[in-house]
Amino acid sequence: MDILMPQLGETVAEGKITRWYKATGDAVQPGDNLFEIETDKTSMEVPATSAGVLAEIRVATGDVAPVGAVVAVLAASAEAAEAHQPAAKQSAQPQAPLIPAQAGIQNQTSLDPRFRGDERIVVGIPAAKPIPMDLFREVRTPERNYGPARIGGISVTPLARRLAGENGIDLSRITGSGPHGRIVARDVEGQIRRAPAGAPAAGPSASDILALYRDVPFNEVPLDGMRKTIAARLTQAKQIIPHFYLNADVSIDALLKLRAEANAAAPRPDGAADYRISVNDFVIKALALALIRVPATNAVWADDRILRFNRADIGVAVAIDGGLLTPVLRAANEKSLSAISNEMRSLAERARDKKLKPEEYQGGVSAISNLGMYGVRDFAAIINPPQSTILAVGASQRRPVETEDGGVRFESQMTITLSCDHRVIDGALGAQLLAAVKNYLEQPLTMLVA
Amino acid sequence: MAELTYRDAVARGIAQEMARDPDVVFLGEDVAKAGGVFKATVGLYEQFGPLRVRDTPISEQAILGAAMGAAMTGLKPIAEIMFSDFLAVCFDYIANEFPKSRYMTNGQVKCPLVVRTGNGAGSRFGAQHSQSVENWCMMIPGLKVVAPSSPRDVIGLLAAAVRDPDPVIFFEHKSLYPMKGEVPDGEIVDTLGTAKIVRPGKDATILALALMVPRALEAAEKLKAEHGIDCEVVDVRSLVPLDTQTILGSVARTHRLFTVEENPRLCGWGAEIASIVADEAFYDLDGPIVRITTPHIPLPAADVLEDTVLPTPGRIAERVRQSLGS
Repeated sequence: MDILMPQLGETVAEGKITRWYKATGDAVQPGDNLFEIETDKTSMEVPATSAGVLAEIRVATGDVAPVGAVVAVLAASAEAAEAHQPAAKQSAQPQAPLIPAQAGIQNQTSLDPRFRGDERIVVGIPAAKPIPMDLFREVRTPERNYGPARIGGISVTPLARRLAGENGIDLSRITGSGPHGRIVARDVEGQIRRAPAGAPAAGPSASDILALYRDVPFNEVPLDGMRKTIAARLTQAKQIIPHFYLNADVSIDALLKLRAEANAAAPRPDGAADYRISVNDFVIKALALALIRVPATNAVWADDRILRFNRADIGVAVAIDGGLLTPVLRAANEKSLSAISNEMRSLAERARDKKLKPEEYQGGVSAISNLGMYGVRDFAAIINPPQSTILAVGASQRRPVETEDGGVRFESQMTITLSCDHRVIDGALGAQLLAAVKNYLEQPLTMLVA
Repeated sequence: MAELTYRDAVARGIAQEMARDPDVVFLGEDVAKAGGVFKATVGLYEQFGPLRVRDTPISEQAILGAAMGAAMTGLKPIAEIMFSDFLAVCFDYIANEFPKSRYMTNGQVKCPLVVRTGNGAGSRFGAQHSQSVENWCMMIPGLKVVAPSSPRDVIGLLAAAVRDPDPVIFFEHKSLYPMKGEVPDGEIVDTLGTAKIVRPGKDATILALALMVPRALEAAEKLKAEHGIDCEVVDVRSLVPLDTQTILGSVARTHRLFTVEENPRLCGWGAEIASIVADEAFYDLDGPIVRITTPHIPLPAADVLEDTVLPTPGRIAERVRQSLGS
């Protein structure tokens, strides 16, 4: 039986094998780890689903294979494994491309007047003419091919394939709306409409840029999957999401005091702490509660509709080696600060080890990016689609504030900036959300009773 | 512009051609003094006399044999076979003689005749008098096959059939005889092999023939009113020659094709058109081609059963709606 490269996320097209746990000839039991793969966002062990003997490894450690490619062959017995003939080298290569082939496209602008009926009769008795013999000639299918009729188990209508081929649309990213999830023309047309008019202005090509820096010494850093994904998704986010930004200064003296008291109370009699709450944990909770308080903002844009949620799943950006990940804290509005803190610590650790499962970093309604620890005062974050907001958190600083009697006092403040998707959230609505966040952060006790 | 029934249009169409061309003669069972069993030829005997409008014995083979002889010797006969089911008893003429005469004599002998016949169900005539048999004739090389759906088309297509130098089987639909329609004054001549878009639309193409045309139109109105689905209805009118240009053009606009056939499903004409469209317009299709037909059974005589097996406007509309997924 063939072992296939699994698909670890909707947008993942290939995986790199970083380790084989089994060698050719090894016996395999269901549940045994066969190999480990690294995709653009995660690494994960792939276990065997049936017993057998590993007869052939087609994709070696360090090699990349497309989703669905045969990476190994499992034989039923040791004898069968011995008798197994390794496939020729190219069989591990990808089969059909996901973007329909452009080759051989002929645009049909007008239809031939074939099989036309006899048009000679106008008036009077016509001269005898033979019956056209090509009336029911054997017709040939046009030599056109717009790619496979099924993509990842979803069928695609011929017209949808043609439209996708002619417009360079990647069908694997489209959700079909036809019967049984079939991708029909209107799905592709929707995608074409969403694409910016004309091709997005690509930057100068790699060779143009290399020529520009010909005389400057440099080291080349090849792009890994994560960097490519970040580049593609955030470029797309800035192109298709109409961002606007709102910011507010938040007084956090009360919050810092509460945090200190809470953490001071954390150690148990044996000295070990149950939790250590960070300012960021308060921000997560505040944003989650604010989204529930302003329900219209707890929503995402879904092409032709808006989805509103009744719990708040918050993504939290975690900087890791070579990029960033945004694990999602589910139902943060329902969790205690200590639960948020502990869960966040576990997610961040596993994100750094690239051990997150796709479902742990996908989805979410909003996100938090905190650069306060770098002394950044304020900044605007880019929304991570399909989320509709992201909250950028700056550094906590002592800032002068005018007192009621005209004097000056200092208090701890931080600046938070909310990036909003204007398709979902209008200015006033975004302002309400930001005000709610500010309110929770400035009166942190209200978070504990909310 | 007059309003005529389909049955009156038959008589007017024959009269138009007989008046124009003295070689046109008309023969069949009870077609003369009796005016036809369906009263579709009333007045022709009085107008053209016994030499050109002739009653025959009850023998379909005799009728078509006489017509063939007349055609080969220079006349232009119109022969009536009362019920199209009886084309079967004279199938040697239809399959082996008429369509091959020109071919086998290197063009020296022509067979310019028209066989008019009452086709189709809906009138409680039972299994042997209700069939839609246009596909029997469609598969024979050398025959032309025509089936009008309106009084105007009866006259225009009948004229074209009479003027054609080769044999044409002309299917009138028994259930359409009482249907009325506007018919322009003066001579009407159509072109064989031209389909007609009888209702423009943008969401799907429904191809229909004969009785199924008004039913498809009713289905289209229902779909528009109840579901906002805008169907184009094309009256195929002529199966051989077939107007593939109009059909493929319509599919290229609407991207969906439905055929509505009264004949039993197996080997119906819709299958042939589906095959042509799949070959020639595959990448214009946004969904499977759907054939709406009568099941592959003999037609029942009981009124309820007959109504159940034939495609109805409701069934057509429901099938289109399901398939378009809205």
